[in-house]
Amino acid sequence: MIGLGLPRGFLVTLKNFMRPAVTEQYPDRHVGLIGAARDAGMNPFQFLVKKPGDSLKAIAGLATVPVAVKQSSRFRGNEFTFFEDRCTACASCAKYCPLGIIEIVSIPGKIDAQEGESYKLEVFDIDIGRCMFCGLCVEACPYDALHMGTSFERSKYVRDELIITKEELNAAPKRPSSFYRPQFEENAFDPFKETIDDYHDAGRHERPSDEDLKKKWVDER
Amino acid sequence: MAIRTQPVTVNLGPQHPSTHGVFRMRVMFDGEEIVDVEPIFGYLHRGSEKLAEERTYTQIVTLTDRMDYVSSMLNNQAYILAVEKLAGIEPVPRGVWLRMIASELQRVASHLVATGFLLQDLGALGTPLIYAMRERENILDMFEMLCGARITNSYLRPGGVFMDAPDEFWPALDRGLDDIIQTIDELEEYLSGNELVFSRTKGTAVITPEQLINASITGPMLRASGVDWDLRHRAPYDYYDRITFERKLHTASDNYARYWVRVQEVRESVKIIRQCVEQIEPGPVRPSFDDVPRLIRPPAGDAYVAIEGSKGELGFYLVSDGGIAPYRMHVRASSLINLTLLRDMLIGGQFGDLFVTFGSVDLNMGEVDR
Repeated sequence: MIGLGLPRGFLVTLKNFMRPAVTEQYPDRHVGLIGAARDAGMNPFQFLVKKPGDSLKAIAGLATVPVAVKQSSRFRGNEFTFFEDRCTACASCAKYCPLGIIEIVSIPGKIDAQEGESYKLEVFDIDIGRCMFCGLCVEACPYDALHMGTSFERSKYVRDELIITKEELNAAPKRPSSFYRPQFEENAFDPFKETIDDYHDAGRHERPSDEDLKKKWVDER
Repeated sequence: MAIRTQPVTVNLGPQHPSTHGVFRMRVMFDGEEIVDVEPIFGYLHRGSEKLAEERTYTQIVTLTDRMDYVSSMLNNQAYILAVEKLAGIEPVPRGVWLRMIASELQRVASHLVATGFLLQDLGALGTPLIYAMRERENILDMFEMLCGARITNSYLRPGGVFMDAPDEFWPALDRGLDDIIQTIDELEEYLSGNELVFSRTKGTAVITPEQLINASITGPMLRASGVDWDLRHRAPYDYYDRITFERKLHTASDNYARYWVRVQEVRESVKIIRQCVEQIEPGPVRPSFDDVPRLIRPPAGDAYVAIEGSKGELGFYLVSDGGIAPYRMHVRASSLINLTLLRDMLIGGQFGDLFVTFGSVDLNMGEVDR
């Protein structure tokens, strides 16, 4: 009937007023006195007595606490996690990259090195500024040395700072995403709470020991 | 006494919030009436087809994400099907089911965006758009669980998908499908019977099925004119022949019909996903690297595969010369072809209906310009 459509529509809108909000606050959200006290780790009365300035701010609605964004563990963030001990400098990632932004320079670990013996990784640069985070390099890595990272706040003022080097990658905390790494999902690894410190834990399979490698590649020939 | 008017030419766009991207229309008005429209596009041209000629077959998947960026999964699917036909790759069952689920979810997301923005263009500022976007957000969260990205998915690989769905995906999908149905019910309750929507959309920009067929327009636009043409039904790809679904048709072929067909298709997509979830079987999600190596070298030849995209027939034509990269890639972009009748739809209409019509065509400039 003509004329009923509008009120019916407004009823739906009214119903949506009652629903809990789905807005996600980022990077921080405003809290009242109770929230600010909980963030500081005390009860509101303690907080009121010990930090009158902060309490006033909280009551006025100016206090904020940082919030974490809900992310899946497969999230392809704007960074990489790299385990140099796992890397053999095979350059699969560089060959597989659609944009060719991974630069690898490797030298043999010793003179007349045989295949399978360790190569020394000299340069491993990724130009994050041109990267589109498709994850094909991670998919190509046969030794699980390169993983996607989970953080995404990497904006810089200077473009050159977006080239991440081997040293930077080694120093960064190892929070690999489980993108194309089913072993992390099997172990229920949570990149937002834990880090991987031992490179042995990062792979699908153990890296063979040096003796085994030597036996396979040198002695058997 | 009639008011004496004079034709005025106005440039709408390219930077205009209602043009859904960088699109320009040179419109000539006579009073409130549209006399002439000249669409001008190409502001978002990135040369994807040329770029594809120097990338390997797997790397091109990342380019297809960026063509129609509100339905990346469907682009991936169309491209991967073309590669599979060209190289003679036999896909694995679980991979096919997963990519069907993913692409139907993407179709839902795309139709929600189309509906939300159509109503935004109507002047329903915010409310329907936000309700639609809220639902799309759930779908994007599911994509993040599947492949780690929300828009530029790159989830599909020749022969399947790159990784199996995680355990938390299935309950989330179950909940999400219920939510989608609920949102669509709500949307229909307050829009499909709304007099304001009726008065603005019914009977505007009517176009005959003959004109649509002559301009080779496909998708929801064609189905809104009563022509039963859905590639999922007419030429089933993947496992659509094992799925039953209805083709929703409307005969009015006006802006309201196009909106209605999209909303009903969301319901059908949800039914399709439910059937896929019932029929999915355990197994590997992509062929082993012995069967399908990372570097595919298809034999010399060509292949064209079209799928039912969210906006119409989405086809990929690949020519191989036996190398690691295609000799030529061409995309039959449904948005570009749907754009061709825009002039016929607009001429004679009112100025206020311009953006409504534009929204009901559901263009995506990333796909028009590629």
